[in-house]
Amino acid sequence: MKKLFLGVLTALALAAGGTFAGTLDDVKARGNLLCGVSTGAPGFATVDDSGKDVGFDVDYCRALAAAIFGDPMAVKFVGLTSAVRFTALAAGEVDILARNTTWTYSRDTDLKQTFLGVNYYDGQGFMVKKELGVKSTTELDGATVCIQVGTTTELNLADYFKENGMSYEPVPTADNAESQQQYLAGACDTYTTDASALHGTRVNLENPDDHLVLPEIISKEPLGPLVRHGDDNWADIGRWVLNALVIAEEKGITKDNIDSWKDTKDAEIHRLLGTGDDDILAMVGLPKNAMYNAIKAGGNYGEIFENNLGATSGINIERGVNASWTKGGILYSPPFR
Amino acid sequence: MSSPTLPPSESFKFSMLLSDTRYRGMSLQVITFIIFMAVFFWLVDNTIKNLALLDKDVSFNFLSLRAGYDINQRLIPYTSDSTHGMAALVGILNTLLVAFVGCIIATVLGLFVGILRLSKNWIVAKLMSAYIEGFRNVPVLLWIVMVFALLTEFTPAPRAFKGAEPEASMLFFESIAITNRGTYFPAPVLAEGAYWLLLCFGLSIVASIYFIRYANKQKKVTGKSLPTFWISVAVIIFPTLIVFFAMGQPVSLEYPYLKGFNFKDGIHLRNSFLALTLALAFYTSAFIAEIVRAGIMAVSKGQSEAAASLGLRPNKIMSLIILPQALRIIVPPLISNYLNLTKNSSLAIAVGYMDVRGTLGGITLNQTGRELESMLLLMGFYLAVSLLISSFINYFNRSFQIVVR
Repeated sequence: MKKLFLGVLTALALAAGGTFAGTLDDVKARGNLLCGVSTGAPGFATVDDSGKDVGFDVDYCRALAAAIFGDPMAVKFVGLTSAVRFTALAAGEVDILARNTTWTYSRDTDLKQTFLGVNYYDGQGFMVKKELGVKSTTELDGATVCIQVGTTTELNLADYFKENGMSYEPVPTADNAESQQQYLAGACDTYTTDASALHGTRVNLENPDDHLVLPEIISKEPLGPLVRHGDDNWADIGRWVLNALVIAEEKGITKDNIDSWKDTKDAEIHRLLGTGDDDILAMVGLPKNAMYNAIKAGGNYGEIFENNLGATSGINIERGVNASWTKGGILYSPPFR
Repeated sequence: MSSPTLPPSESFKFSMLLSDTRYRGMSLQVITFIIFMAVFFWLVDNTIKNLALLDKDVSFNFLSLRAGYDINQRLIPYTSDSTHGMAALVGILNTLLVAFVGCIIATVLGLFVGILRLSKNWIVAKLMSAYIEGFRNVPVLLWIVMVFALLTEFTPAPRAFKGAEPEASMLFFESIAITNRGTYFPAPVLAEGAYWLLLCFGLSIVASIYFIRYANKQKKVTGKSLPTFWISVAVIIFPTLIVFFAMGQPVSLEYPYLKGFNFKDGIHLRNSFLALTLALAFYTSAFIAEIVRAGIMAVSKGQSEAAASLGLRPNKIMSLIILPQALRIIVPPLISNYLNLTKNSSLAIAVGYMDVRGTLGGITLNQTGRELESMLLLMGFYLAVSLLISSFINYFNRSFQIVVR
């Protein structure tokens, strides 16, 4: 009897005492990637009419899945609110978090996470109803502000109103959908979050022209995917898939013309697409053609942007600083060498 | 001991720990305790190991760091420069406020509904049944969201009060504004001399308590009952009124008025607070009503018949004969309903009410990443509050029970 008890105890201990090293092996063994995305941010992660996950962050995870499995559909998307996302990542519920998350010092250090880079340079903005007659954030003294809890925007908001000697009343909400509902019901005068999300939300409102995103941007919000501390190889894979998409745009490699580069003299393209002799992707445990698959999945960075946030998507966000450095933006990837 | 005293067996065998009834009970308890402690230590050890793997430690230092976020409803001074500890305290007070107000409303409503459900009037009794079944059988979270939706969707925005011909207007002589951001009431403003007024008011209440005690004693001795209610109301109101005018009306009302985006001044009850408190109170009152009904029905019918034959009127029978006996049955289960209401208040996040779950367990947890610490503190808080409430009511309960001699 006693032996049985001890046996059960030991088994329990072994089962529950799992570690987080070797995320790539875990993902491969599971057969799919667990990607934490937003519960509904138009342009970044939503579900389309046919029930398919679409969006800027979704496409990044599909590229990553394609790099690992060769199959962009080998991803399971886990919708996370801003309040639970870090806990979910830390607890291992997702392998990677691509949930328009701002890269900050304390999140990088204190929350023990590794940001893989910036996939969207954003800033915090405000949306108001046009009938309010507000033209600038400096006119918002005394306003009631809808804000998602647990975000950096919450802290920026407090700082911005304090710096400008203005008062406000926060109305905390759980996610974008709830904020939108409160804003439309008039329970708050203005809704603040990352400007990209505001644009995305605005075009999906019943009468987008009745609403205005104010011109001021009150913060820097560099958004990017992130993983847990402690598995550098996994972080490298995520980082270089992102970089590969950026390099692909630089080089002009698109989803459609990707097969026509076999005879190029550019050695970096051969390394990237795995058409050359050296197999440098083996260093992180990926197949030779991993980046080829990643780019093939949803196109290069520029294509993903256009399809989800740019003119093709109807959201019409300008590339602005998010253009490649060769086109006047600040998107710049280290060399693939 | 009924068994004959036998000489102890020659040798104590180890197997006797389980086979001998003298030792079995004790040894089983010891084994259970050891297993319990083993599982407990394994859980703690596992947690520490896994936290170490994540490169994390357990530390409560974050409570003294700058919070950086604002909270809309504050009962104590708080800004974004205050600490996370202060933010937690603001949340705790908000939780206690909802629990306190909610329990009072739930008790009053529950008492009424419970008594009325026993009414001989068919319509009243059926209405009360519908109320009870309606609130009791729908999850409280849905009621909270429902009340909140009603409050925000069907009330005018502050802007509707603007202009020469506003779409909405304030109630009760321009004193109360019901908006989709909350309800604004006039706030009392204390001027010089107001403390005398408060002192007088406090003394009047003490005096009325003494009067009620005196009246009860008189009743026991002489059998005559004084008009306790009206006299004590008069004792509370008149001296205070006299002092109020004698001191030159030191308390005035500050009316809410529309300025910019919102109403300014006055007391602002936010919709999140109203929705949470009302929904919790309605929901819990349905349970309390059933407890009250059970308590009343448990008092034997002979009691009320005997009282009626003595010539007591129905309301006297209820207040003098039935309720005092029913209270003994009602109070113990009442505790668990108060506890439920308090704990259910952690659903506040659904309507964005900043209770302790919203501040410490929500924003602070998220901004600092201290999940384990925040959750431990939260559990400690709810445990302490629950134990306090139940010990308080248990103390109260003892005074109702029949004293056994």
